[in-house]
Amino acid sequence: MDMISQLSFEEAYEELEEIVTKLESGNLPLEEAVELFERGRRLSDHCQKVLDEAELRVNKLTDDGELVDLE
Amino acid sequence: MSEIVKTVAELTTYISDLFDYDSTLQDVWITGEVSNMTRASSGHWYFTLKDADASIKCVMWRSAAARQTTNPKDGDALEVHGKVSVYAPRGEYQMYADLARPVGAGDLYAQFERLKVKLEMEGLFDSERKREFPAVPVKIGVVTSATAAAFQDVLNVLRRRYPLAQVILSPTMVQGAEAPPQIISALDRLNMFTDVDVIIMVRGGGSIEDLWAFNDERVARAVAASHIPVVTGVGHETDFTIVDFVSDQRAPTPSAAAELITPDKRDILERLGRTTEMLDGLTYDAILSRRTKLERVQGKMTYISPGNTIRISRQRVDDYNARLLRQQKNQVTLLQERLSAKIAALEAANPRAILARGYALITDEDGNRVTSERDAKRGSNVDIQFKDGKVKAWIRGEDDGYDQPTLF
Repeated sequence: MDMISQLSFEEAYEELEEIVTKLESGNLPLEEAVELFERGRRLSDHCQKVLDEAELRVNKLTDDGELVDLE
Repeated sequence: MSEIVKTVAELTTYISDLFDYDSTLQDVWITGEVSNMTRASSGHWYFTLKDADASIKCVMWRSAAARQTTNPKDGDALEVHGKVSVYAPRGEYQMYADLARPVGAGDLYAQFERLKVKLEMEGLFDSERKREFPAVPVKIGVVTSATAAAFQDVLNVLRRRYPLAQVILSPTMVQGAEAPPQIISALDRLNMFTDVDVIIMVRGGGSIEDLWAFNDERVARAVAASHIPVVTGVGHETDFTIVDFVSDQRAPTPSAAAELITPDKRDILERLGRTTEMLDGLTYDAILSRRTKLERVQGKMTYISPGNTIRISRQRVDDYNARLLRQQKNQVTLLQERLSAKIAALEAANPRAILARGYALITDEDGNRVTSERDAKRGSNVDIQFKDGKVKAWIRGEDDGYDQPTLF
C-alpha cells in the first residue's frame, strides 16, 4: 500500500471507496476489518486535508508549448 | 357655416391616431448617429438619433433596454427598430425603440445566419458529434485572453468549486481581426502539447462585433476538429455564437462554463463525509456482530459447562427427592387406608362383638368350639362364654321336649 500522504485526492478517495466496498461484502477477519477501517480513516482525513489545502494551479501555455507560471 | 374649434387634446389625439394607424410608422428601422444618450435611473434610455438633415427623439423602455447587447454612446452610428408615435404632453413625435444595433450589424446577422445554416447542413451541430467530458477534470485548458475579466471569473469559480484542478491558459486575443487565427492556434496548442481533460473557450459579453471572432467559420471548424472536448461560454445568456453550436456544450457565461466542467467542492466534501460515515458504520457493525456472536457462544459455554451440569444434576436430585417423598407419603397413606379397612373387617368378625349382641360361645374342656349338637356329648363339661364372663356347664342330654326355653 502507498504512503497516504503521497496520494492525490482522487487516488485516496478511490481507495477509500474500495475499502468501504470490501467492508460491505463482510466476511473479513476482524483484525483485517479493523486494519482497513484505520487506513480508511486516514485516507478520509487525507482527502479532507488535500481539499482544504488545495490551491488552484494556474499555468500558461507558451507558443512553443511550454508550461510557465502565469505572471 | 360655423367653424369647428378643436381643443389641443382633441387635435393631438387626431394626429396621434394618424401615426398609430400608419403601418410604416408602427414597424420601422431608422439609422442615425446617437446624441444626448441618457440612461435614466428608472432603466429607460433616452437619446436622439440624427443625421445631417434631421433628428428624432427616441425612448427605449427599461424592459427593452435590458435585452440589448449593444451599449450605445454618443457618436455611435446606430440602427434602431421601433414605432413612431406622438407624445401628447409635449406635442412631439418620437420613436419608441425596441431594438438597437450598430450600423452594419444587419449584415453580420445575415452572415451569421448563412454560416449557421451551412455548418448545420454539414452536420457540425449534430448531437452525435457532442463528446462527453469527464465529470472530474484533472487539467483544464482555457482559451481566452489572459487580461480578460472572463478569465478571472473562470479562475474565481474554479478556486471556489474545484481547487484540485490544474488550469492551463492558452492565451489569445478574443476580438478584432487577428483574433480568429489566434484562437485557432491557442486551441491547436492545447491539443498538441497538453493532456487537458477539457477545454473551455470563454469571452465576456459585448456587442455582436466584439463577439464576432466566435462566429468565424475557421474558428468554428477548429472547435469541431479539436480532439479534446470544448465547452464554450461566450458573452451573456442571450448571446449565441457559431462556436456555441459546434462545441460539445454551450454555457451561457464564462463562469457557467467553469461550473459546468467541475464538481462542487461542497458536494465532494459531502460525499467524502457520507463515505466516511459508511466506513465507521460498517466497522461498528463488524465489531457489533462479532460481539453478538461472542455473547451467544458465551451463553452456550455457560450452558454446557461442568458447573451447569452439576447445577442441573443437583436440580434433578432435588426433583427425585421430592418425587420420592411424595411417593412415600402416598404409600403411607395407602397403607393406613388398607389397615383401617382391615381393622374394620376384623372388628366386624370379632366374636366379642357377637357375644355383645347376646350370643354365647361354647367350648369343650380342650378349648374346642362346640358348634353342633353332635359335638355336645352328654355328660361332658363345657365352658360357656358370655360377653361378660364364663360359666361352667354340664351337658345333661338331648332336647327331650322339656318345656325349656329355647336357647337360640
